[in-house]
Amino acid sequence: MDQDLDLEFVGLTKRYGKTVAVDAISYHFETGTYACLLGPSGCGKSSTLRMVAGHESVSDGAVLLGGRDISALPPAKRGTAMMFQNYALFPHLTVADNVSFSLRMQGVDANSRSAKAAEMLELVDMSGFSDRLPAQLSGGQQQRVALARALITKPQVLLLDEPLSALDPLLRIRMRAELKRLQRELGITFIHVTHGQDEALALADEIVVMNNAVIEQAGKTRDVFEAPKTAFVARFLGSHNVIALPEGQIAVRSDALRLRPPEGAKLPGRITNIEYQGTHVALTAMVPGDQEVTALLSDTDFFGDPKDLGEAVGLDWEARAAHALTA
Amino acid sequence: MAGPLALVLGVFLVAPVVMICVVSFWGATEWSIYPAFLFDNYAFLFSSEVTYRVFLNTFKYAAITWAFTFVIGFTVAYFLAFHVRSLTWQIALFLLCTIPFWTSNIIRMISWIPFLGRNGLANSTLMSWGVIDEPVEWLLFSDFSVILAFVHLYTLFMVVPIFNTMMRIDKSLIEAASDAGASGWQTLWFVVLPLTKPGIMIGTIFVVALVMGDFITVRFMSGSQSANVGRMIQNDIALLQYPSASATAVVLLCTVLLLIGILLRFVDIRREL
Repeated sequence: MDQDLDLEFVGLTKRYGKTVAVDAISYHFETGTYACLLGPSGCGKSSTLRMVAGHESVSDGAVLLGGRDISALPPAKRGTAMMFQNYALFPHLTVADNVSFSLRMQGVDANSRSAKAAEMLELVDMSGFSDRLPAQLSGGQQQRVALARALITKPQVLLLDEPLSALDPLLRIRMRAELKRLQRELGITFIHVTHGQDEALALADEIVVMNNAVIEQAGKTRDVFEAPKTAFVARFLGSHNVIALPEGQIAVRSDALRLRPPEGAKLPGRITNIEYQGTHVALTAMVPGDQEVTALLSDTDFFGDPKDLGEAVGLDWEARAAHALTA
Repeated sequence: MAGPLALVLGVFLVAPVVMICVVSFWGATEWSIYPAFLFDNYAFLFSSEVTYRVFLNTFKYAAITWAFTFVIGFTVAYFLAFHVRSLTWQIALFLLCTIPFWTSNIIRMISWIPFLGRNGLANSTLMSWGVIDEPVEWLLFSDFSVILAFVHLYTLFMVVPIFNTMMRIDKSLIEAASDAGASGWQTLWFVVLPLTKPGIMIGTIFVVALVMGDFITVRFMSGSQSANVGRMIQNDIALLQYPSASATAVVLLCTVLLLIGILLRFVDIRREL
């Protein structure tokens, strides 16, 4: 890949009056990465994205694209394109006019515009819809049009602001696959903001977990999931238990927990809830220190040795499954 | 619930209009009017060259006033909706726009007279600045002063519906436009203006209907030197020529309705109501 199109945050900061929305974050995205900015609402992920797009001024620090500081450029001159959360399609323009809007602004003639728009609509599988108005499309179709409109400018980085949040769950999974396919085909960097960890895990090559205006942890998706560094990351990514032990807090994946007799196990506990989930059974136990711990057992393991509510059990895990947490 | 509304509309709208229509066919002599079904009033109206001149003058006032109120109203609404960031300021500035409405139309109109008159503030200021040597005559009692007063009186009727429509424009559309490389003017022309059309149309209907039906502004500000349809009707009434006045009123009503009908063909305002 062309090394020159890496996206980099250098001490990127956003202040609104006295509130700090993004606090001096630094990170380097390699060209062609699908990256997710993940975090709860108000963590600063949207502000970060909007600073990259140019819809929010940078209070301090810089955004570099291919080594060039783009933080003071107008949105269209940055080499980025944004897909808005509610798609922001122009309601008075047809699908084709929406898609080719940026070409019209550049003064491209009508024929090349419609040819280019048709090409982009083909890419997102919306060829038959060029004369419709946005209001005549379903949510998923509107999203495809918004994608086509963002991609027609040939951006080096595509910014997606919670692109799937307005869709129903089934469509969300389909569009997820679609986004991933497009990103692979185009080979450009996608920066995708979301608060859904499943979405981030499914899509991202790299995730950046943000909380309270800073990056809590970032890296290859699997590295982050396998080894969360803080209690926040472990909890936010899900499928982890955060357990306070005398020697400190640790994170253990719930599917890494095994049931043992109470004697000799790392943690003794009492079962408070059993939830059948089809392929798995989630078993919640109360352990010393009033902590709830969830173990995810395969259905064969559980039904081979069924347990009852209130039963005393021991919880065990392999030493390498436990990750010490810093906070 | 439709009953009371129908009653109010019936008594205060339908009945008077029907009455005017009926009277417009009555006959009149110099000293009396009598019930009849004659087309004399209309025949006289349409055969008189004065009618056409006065109607033309009325259209002229409406068109020029519309152009000014539109440009000013759009600018004010645009500023309020897109440049004033906080809701508090938006409300405060909006209320500021309505302050002239705390006094009556006539007082607002008359207050222009000492300002624009031959020895008024405007002339004496211009002379003291050396811009002019002699008082400018056309400032008062002219088409200029009539239109000035119209614009002053009716711009708010343009501001309110346009502002209302603009406030409903999703701000992310503006960002999407700038993301696509649109300049400020391009965003205004290709995004804001088309989306504001229904508001512009409602404002247009207000202004056109008000100007077309006005008689008092024209009388005061032109010093009775210009005429519009309202003045024509008023004159007839002063001479107790009610049938003739009614006929003119009916023609005016039809003209305005036709105009609004044409306007509504171009823009769908239903989603604004």
